[in-house]
Amino acid sequence: MKKVQFQSPWLPYMLLMPQLAIVTIFFLWPAAEAVQSSFYLEDPFGFGSTFVGLDNFSDTLTSTDYGRVARFTGVFTFFVTFLSLGIALLLAVKADKVLRGASSYKTLLMWVYAVAPPVAGLIGVLLFDQHVGPIVDLFALFGWRMQIGVDYFDTSFAMIVTAVWKQIPVNFIFFLSGLQGISKSVQEAASIDCRSGIRRFWTVTFPLLAPTGFFLLIINITYAFFDTFGIIDVIVKNEPGNNPVTLVYKVYLDGFRGNDLGGSSAQSVLLMAMVFVLTVIQFRLIERRVHYT
Amino acid sequence: MAYRKTVASFVAAAALLGTSSASYAATDIAWWHAMGGRLGEVVVDISNGYNASQDACKITPVFKGTYEETLTAGIAAFRAGEQPNILQVFDAGAATIIGAKGAVIPAQDILENAGANFSIEDYIDGVRYFYADSDGKMIGMPFNSSTPILYYNVDALKKAGVEAPKTWEEFAEIAPKLKEAGYVPLAQSHLPWIFTENFKSRHNLQFATNNNGYDGSKDTKLVFGEPIKNHFTAVKGWLDDGLFGYYGTGWGDNQTPFNEGKVAMWLGSSGSFGGIAKTVEFPFSATYLPYWDAVEGAGTGTFIGGAALFAMSGKPDEENKCVASFYEYLTSPEVQYMWHKETGYVPITNAAYELAKSDGYYDSTPAAEIGIKQLTLPGGDWTKGYRMGFYVQIRDVMNREYGKIMSGDTSVEDAFKTIEADGNKLLERFSKTTGN
Repeated sequence: MKKVQFQSPWLPYMLLMPQLAIVTIFFLWPAAEAVQSSFYLEDPFGFGSTFVGLDNFSDTLTSTDYGRVARFTGVFTFFVTFLSLGIALLLAVKADKVLRGASSYKTLLMWVYAVAPPVAGLIGVLLFDQHVGPIVDLFALFGWRMQIGVDYFDTSFAMIVTAVWKQIPVNFIFFLSGLQGISKSVQEAASIDCRSGIRRFWTVTFPLLAPTGFFLLIINITYAFFDTFGIIDVIVKNEPGNNPVTLVYKVYLDGFRGNDLGGSSAQSVLLMAMVFVLTVIQFRLIERRVHYT
Repeated sequence: MAYRKTVASFVAAAALLGTSSASYAATDIAWWHAMGGRLGEVVVDISNGYNASQDACKITPVFKGTYEETLTAGIAAFRAGEQPNILQVFDAGAATIIGAKGAVIPAQDILENAGANFSIEDYIDGVRYFYADSDGKMIGMPFNSSTPILYYNVDALKKAGVEAPKTWEEFAEIAPKLKEAGYVPLAQSHLPWIFTENFKSRHNLQFATNNNGYDGSKDTKLVFGEPIKNHFTAVKGWLDDGLFGYYGTGWGDNQTPFNEGKVAMWLGSSGSFGGIAKTVEFPFSATYLPYWDAVEGAGTGTFIGGAALFAMSGKPDEENKCVASFYEYLTSPEVQYMWHKETGYVPITNAAYELAKSDGYYDSTPAAEIGIKQLTLPGGDWTKGYRMGFYVQIRDVMNREYGKIMSGDTSVEDAFKTIEADGNKLLERFSKTTGN
């Protein structure tokens, strides 16, 4: 293979500059600011501040509420990721086999992708409203009196359903294109060797989909952690009360709603550390098992 | 032709001169507020009225979202040196902006510096000291001021054959009759504001050390005694017996069942009056927030909720003069009376209240007077308000724990222990933010 080299040693850096500038201004600089202010307790108007060392971190970690929020974030992320990947995969496999009207099916499954998270949250609020929500009326027929905003479990349920519903289309599109990328000859060879369709799926199709699946796993965990903010904000109506909230939403509540800059910064530093660890685990442990063709 | 052209150019030049001289002469001031919907329209009306009343100043109101968003926007702008002249800050944010020494010019100072007459005695009792410092100097100019009152469905009470309750003891007696008549007897829209802050005021009970927090943020601690715990035990009992409805933390979620006629009585803001009058199809009226007769010294007045206007520092003198002249316009009896009638918020001065009375407004709509009458009930040591930092989070803690009481996840005793522990921690953290 022929090696192409830049004439000037500065040119590659020049070409990288815009990207590096964006990363520095919009990520590194704010992150450094957050780390710095996590050691202070500061009057929001900027008139006074006290260096408190690691107090913000210890206050955060010892509060009972933070543990509860962290647990909910874990459960929420697990269910949103698992259900949205699982349901999307099922739909993609079924849609892949449809011969007549395939494009209408696919369009129907994809359109939700275009809905913005706060709008999705709003639709969720309407469907699950404790006074007029049709889903609440439906469950009432089976004897489940849902009360979103009052009952912790019911509110979690509504959040997960809305977040999953919003995320299925993205996963569906990727899984479908992944399935269409598997060559016909492999599938035909497999169907000669094995008659069981389910077994063929798990031993041949699923491993070949693994790169797509791994990519989607990361995307979905990030989605559940961060992008569900709009959905949660609309469902709790800007009043956390006794409702489940995620870690990111708590950073917003304390920082922007409560003007506790130090405490909120400490929480975002912890969140950064968590996401960092999660990313390392994903790439170290899971990616090794994924085969790229 | 030439003559016509000359005239036309003269007219054009004159017009141009007119506009330019006007825009140079008028000092522009900006007012960031959190009044959406109908309230926002009235804010614009007030601003237009002020601009039309004089030539020297021109005020521009800017809607900035919810109370919390408006305060955060104001803080960010202040740090960037781009602050508005007037920022509307709500009750729970008062400690934040007043605690930041140097962020605001006290309302009293800005008026006195501009040579206006100012006397705190002109303002009605429950309003006077809420946004004042511990020496009684008015810092924020009270703007939209309301207080919690009891609204009731006249038909529902008639059907059950009962009268609106004055005390919680009376409520416990009539509630089963309302339930029998097919209603949820009672709901409320803001547990921290109605059943905590104003519960304290209505029973003249201490809410926090350091003179309810007015004397400084250092070592301020929440105080919860038996009366409020007994109250929540009673409320939880009513909930379990179907005598009280709890629909979560959202204001509207709790008001909707009253508007729909399912709930017979609802505790809300006196500022809700205008909205209810437009929405409901049944005759309704209002009365004072009930109190426990068993608590000694109970029955004192409540204090205000809502928001105040703060004059931000770092502005030139001529702009501050305009802020003062706008405050004078805003507190004039006519403007206050208009605001009171349009929105249901109480008039903040005695003169405006007198004007509303002499105009016969309360003869036609007696329920509109309940809020202001309750604010002017005899006060006590603990009825002028409270001043606590990170209070938005403290309210969130209360809402969380009260929610747990209502859903049976915790006991009243444990909930108040957690509120005290978490709340005192927040107060301690806040006292460090000011650097002392």
